[in-house]
Amino acid sequence: MTRRQLATYIFFGVVVILFAISVALKGFFVTFGAFLTLAIFSFLYDDNPYYKFAEHLFVGVSAAYWMCMGFWGTMVPNLFGRLYPPMVGPVIPALKDNPSDPFMLIPLILGIMLLMRLSSKAGWISRWALAFVVGTTAGLNLVRYLRSDFIQQISSTAMPLYVTNSAGFSLGETISNIVIFIGVMCGLIYFFFSKEHKGAFGAGARAGVIVLMITFGASFGYTVMARISLLVGRMQYLLDSWLGMIG
Amino acid sequence: MKHKLRFAAVLLFLPLIFSPLLAQEGEEMQDGLLAEMQIEPPPQAVITVAEDMPNDGGHKLTVRWEFPKEFTSSVVRFEVYRAYSPDGEFVLRGESPNDFYEYLDIGDREEESPNYMPNDSSYYYKIVAVGTEGVSSESEVGGPYKTYGQWFHTGKVPLLIAVILFCIFTIYFVLSAKGGKELYIRPLAGIEAVDEAIGRATEMGKPILYVLGIGTAAEIATIASFTILGRVAKKVAEYQTSLIVPCYEPIVMSVAQDIVRSAYLEAGRPDQYDEDSVFFVTNAQFAYVAGVNGIMVRDLPATNFYLGYFAAESLLLAETGNAIGAIQIAGTDQVSQLPFFVVACDYTLIGEELYAASAYLGRDPLLLGSLKAEDWAKGILMVLMVLIILAVLLGWDAPREWIRVNL
Repeated sequence: MTRRQLATYIFFGVVVILFAISVALKGFFVTFGAFLTLAIFSFLYDDNPYYKFAEHLFVGVSAAYWMCMGFWGTMVPNLFGRLYPPMVGPVIPALKDNPSDPFMLIPLILGIMLLMRLSSKAGWISRWALAFVVGTTAGLNLVRYLRSDFIQQISSTAMPLYVTNSAGFSLGETISNIVIFIGVMCGLIYFFFSKEHKGAFGAGARAGVIVLMITFGASFGYTVMARISLLVGRMQYLLDSWLGMIG
Repeated sequence: MKHKLRFAAVLLFLPLIFSPLLAQEGEEMQDGLLAEMQIEPPPQAVITVAEDMPNDGGHKLTVRWEFPKEFTSSVVRFEVYRAYSPDGEFVLRGESPNDFYEYLDIGDREEESPNYMPNDSSYYYKIVAVGTEGVSSESEVGGPYKTYGQWFHTGKVPLLIAVILFCIFTIYFVLSAKGGKELYIRPLAGIEAVDEAIGRATEMGKPILYVLGIGTAAEIATIASFTILGRVAKKVAEYQTSLIVPCYEPIVMSVAQDIVRSAYLEAGRPDQYDEDSVFFVTNAQFAYVAGVNGIMVRDLPATNFYLGYFAAESLLLAETGNAIGAIQIAGTDQVSQLPFFVVACDYTLIGEELYAASAYLGRDPLLLGSLKAEDWAKGILMVLMVLIILAVLLGWDAPREWIRVNL
């Protein structure tokens, strides 16, 4: 046995003893939660067996959990519960007296068509269902995006470039509106793909990139703060729920 | 001594025995006093109208009433009751503050809902003014008022115009592209680097990781990513490099498998296609990240592609990829995630560039035509904004107000 292996075994032994004490004092689930948190954090050092264990457990449990949720939370109440309510009566009594909805046969057929993928000969049938899903969503999104990205963009950008209020000329609002207008125009120029970015057009596009980068910088800082709150949540769990060091 | 103690105990408990009687008497006295004071109830509200809400499916009514303003302080609130007939059971629908003489009655369109409000039906309303002293006054029953569903939402006319224009542009440019007209698309740095990144992985003998994000197969960013995946997979097949595509969604996995298989077939190497190279990980966001990060640190891919719909996992993935020294090309239409890709990746396709990239690589007339149509739509958007701002500067605020109010 090499010294490195010995050190690993000693470390493992100490971890096991510490967690055994924790289980006795705090209970299994709190200790196991703390162990998994620390195991995931250990990835910051390097890939290691603890991280591998936590990762595989997390992936396996979540995949199984979402499969069950998909069946009991979506298929049972939304498909079987509407297609033939008495069938789900023993599981969800509130649905058993609802009227049957024959239109639910359409998603049922589409779902079966999607499953045809599992067959090597009839796999092509799944493409029809997929085309239906993708086409319908794209069509619905066309209107949604035109509304939010096109019409509302005009409404939000087309603001007076010379603002007056009850106190007279408002310099702050005027500058703000001018910056928004120029920023949006330059941003739009950058996203022109069918024209080369040269000359005045290229200058506009470069200004657009600067506007985008400033926006990204602000967004980055804002989101990092939100992530810190997630870290605080985990630290609180470790220090308070597990070790009882807070309050 | 014993008798004295009993007497004391009886004295002690006497008030307790008679307290309910005393309390009852007190209440009666209070009622009597109130009656003597003769508190006047607030004046009655008068229902003026209940109008059907325009541009809806016939499940909303706006009830309006009049009330003497000088009595506002004597009223706490107004309660709005509704019935299906004048002598039917009136049900409380909602409340309105004492200085607001209007209530929007919103019902549901679903028959099974307890709040169901059928279209094309008549309703009767009653307003109760609740006074400060607990006394109320009921208005006369108003009605019948009808709800109507409209077939056409007049407020969405600009949207209709935009959709028609966009469709005309798209059809025109698609037909032009199909007719052989050359449609120019400017080069995109991120896409120009694709071949270089695949070549690097081949030279290093390491795999290429392609992440399609956490969107569904119907997400526009995912659809754009499928096209790029086809191109990448074809190059990978030609260079005989290995490809890893971990998927978040089963349907996305199914489509990705088809695309990669077709790409290998197109490259003339169908035998090299490995069914297990495109696989499902999990449907849970952070578990997916943990899984993909694990793949990265164990298989050490030389090139990572993150193209599609991404949320909070973007930085976790890109940071790990950066740590293992992979060349990274990312692209998403999620504005909030772009900063993370910009800081952690070598090349980033910003927003619409992702869609443009799929058209640029695919050279499909349909994609090229729609991209050209988008450029025209942007041009119109810019012209409209300039015109509206000029109108506002000249003191004509009507166009801006029209867009603001209608949308």
